Amino acid sequence: MTDQSILPLELRAVNFEVQGKRLIKDVSCTFEKSLRSIIIGPNGAGKSLFLRLCHGLLKPVSGQVLWQGGCDHDIARKQGMVFQRPVMLRRTVRANVDYALSIRGEARGRREAITDEVLQRTGLSRFADSAAHSLSFGEQQRLALARVWALKPQILFLDEPTASLDPPATHLVEQIIEAIHVAGTRIVMTTHDLGQARRIADEVLFMHRGRLLEHAPAEKFFDEPQNDHAQAFLRGDLLWWHRKHPLHKPGSSKEIFQ
Amino acid sequence: MKRFSPIGLLLSLSFFLLTSLAHGEGYITLASTTSTQNSGLFAHVLPQFKEASGIEVRVVAVGTGQALRLARNGDADVLLVHHRPSEERFVADNYGVDRQDVMYNDFLIVGPAEDSASIQGMSDAVAALKKLAVKSAVFVSRGDDSGTHKKELGLWKVAAVEPGADAGAWYRETGSGMGATLNTASAMNAYALVDRGTWLSFKNKGSLEVMVEGDPRLFNPYGVILVNPDKHPHIKVTEGRRFIEWLTSQSGQEAIAAFRIDGEPLFYPNKL
Amino acid sequence: MIEFSEAFGIAFSLLISLDQELVEIVMLSLSVSLAAVLIAIIVGMPLGAALAIFAFPGRRFVIVGLNSLMGLPPVVVGLVVYILLSRSGPLGVLGLLFTPTAMIIAQVILVMPIIAALTRQVVEELWAEYEEQLRSLGATPWQALPTLLWDGRYSLVTAMLAGFGRAIAEVGAVMIVGGNIDHVTRVMTTAIALEVSKGDLALALGLGGVLIFLSIGVNALAYLINKPALLRNPINKPALFRSPIKESVK
Repeated sequence: MTDQSILPLELRAVNFEVQGKRLIKDVSCTFEKSLRSIIIGPNGAGKSLFLRLCHGLLKPVSGQVLWQGGCDHDIARKQGMVFQRPVMLRRTVRANVDYALSIRGEARGRREAITDEVLQRTGLSRFADSAAHSLSFGEQQRLALARVWALKPQILFLDEPTASLDPPATHLVEQIIEAIHVAGTRIVMTTHDLGQARRIADEVLFMHRGRLLEHAPAEKFFDEPQNDHAQAFLRGDLLWWHRKHPLHKPGSSKEIFQ
Repeated sequence: MKRFSPIGLLLSLSFFLLTSLAHGEGYITLASTTSTQNSGLFAHVLPQFKEASGIEVRVVAVGTGQALRLARNGDADVLLVHHRPSEERFVADNYGVDRQDVMYNDFLIVGPAEDSASIQGMSDAVAALKKLAVKSAVFVSRGDDSGTHKKELGLWKVAAVEPGADAGAWYRETGSGMGATLNTASAMNAYALVDRGTWLSFKNKGSLEVMVEGDPRLFNPYGVILVNPDKHPHIKVTEGRRFIEWLTSQSGQEAIAAFRIDGEPLFYPNKL
Repeated sequence: MIEFSEAFGIAFSLLISLDQELVEIVMLSLSVSLAAVLIAIIVGMPLGAALAIFAFPGRRFVIVGLNSLMGLPPVVVGLVVYILLSRSGPLGVLGLLFTPTAMIIAQVILVMPIIAALTRQVVEELWAEYEEQLRSLGATPWQALPTLLWDGRYSLVTAMLAGFGRAIAEVGAVMIVGGNIDHVTRVMTTAIALEVSKGDLALALGLGGVLIFLSIGVNALAYLINKPALLRNPINKPALFRSPIKESVK
């Protein structure tokens, strides 16, 4: 779309609170260009909030979210986000993609061409004139990807996009994400599926209880996680956290079900 | 997706605005009472005036009190009501000019056929009302400060009865027009005071019949007044005067006399 | 009961014969009420949608106030408009009293709160669903407003019909500001009131039947216009006829 790159994205000491409860604590990190980052962590770690803070849907209580150059408005247009549940307008598949493009001010001719292209790339061409709500969940998620791809974002945030999908649908979605990445978009994705993380990640961010505990290249993280909690998580012990019992010891079913 | 054509609506809306504006000239507004309207007099008489003069008369028929208020506010050009004291006060307060007698009829006391108070055939209205009070026979009053209502209250006063004290018991005040009051009386099989014009044209008499008539105290005169142009400069003085002239002229008075239901006249012109 | 059967016969013969006066009254009723609803939609819908989307101090009070206005008594509205339009009133110079225009004004006041409040409800629910996604796509609230109105169109049609129903059925306001003048400001409801006061209950009921017929006609028309679109969108089909949502690949 435009030339100026908005990456790298830097977060400095970002905090976020809801009703006095601090949910994101002092997170700092940098996202360089052209990588695929996967954010993992137990439920309630703050992964979704973190994504929304990066994307600008939420404003931090303190700290800064710094993009490279440009003003806020410009930057919003160079990002995209796909949510866990796809949100489609009550229109046809084609109209949904077209809508996103018209918001950006694209001319009708261009809109049609781009729409056809992304629908084809995501395998949805034959649904082009069906009502978006008549598609299955997996198809709608692919449509969400098509829609955001049409906007050619420099960075794409994805919040557990395959959480509710079965393996074949998951596979298709991952393929599309890969294609988007190859076309030049930086990927930042959360997941609770470790297998998916291993498949996709170039680098891994591990979050727990609102803190960023580890940020390392994928191989290094999976082979030798530095952090205790990260290790526990990889072992499959850290399913969720509880105020009273931050670390669940293996075999202690009484504590796990507190 | 169009639910209705906005163009079509815009057109009809403008049409209506235009027609209501187009009626800028050539009509006057007459404030009168519901009883006069409901009798059918205007439907009979006004077209004749239109033919003679080309002026349309738009009748706003409301209760007497409201008609007086409309005229006072200048929302009407001419006033036609039937309560002499109110009319005279209207002129005395300078809201109206040139009051003239137009026509008269009379009031009747009507009641249920079984006539529990035995007043049918009496020619003394006051005595009849006294009997109603004594027997606590259900009586429906308009209770709305209209000409009819004021006439009724005047009669109660002469009969030295305070019906208000028994409000709700046998004396029921509807606070509405003649028609609604008659409907109520018909449904309750009760007594009521009604003007002859409304009575003759009323279609829901039920079991009600005429009980008392002919008492000179039941006299019901109608007066027409031009709203004072000094108070309201926009009043259509020429057309208004034209109407009053016609109404009190030979042709107007004859038109009034010719209005009958089943051969019976509802109004008697003053000037014939 | 004698009156009902008589009324039915009258309603029928009135409709069949297309009695000239009746046609005149019906056309006036439709013009006044449809014009009022149209104005209420143009002003009220964006207002209701904006109320749903934008936060501002005192928003909750405005919502409560708007909802309360739905219960405005027509006769009170008529009285207030009369006072404003009366020759002795502030807007007397316009000479609008006892014209169809005055009736439209009164009905707009009655209908607009309904349309605005119901629109607010519909848009608020849609906004809750769409907000994150629309903001992510870069839509400003001003861009989102027409989108929400369009996407909520089926529910909004019901709001419009509710407004129309209120307008076509009310008598208190149009009676006072219109004056029920023959051939000028007499509409169905005031004609019915007149016939009742004349004791002609059968005719009044007959006219009432015609009025109900009119209302059914308008609603049926609205339904027919929506129908093809409704059926195309499977979300509106009864669950029995929907194909099961499959999670697998197609």
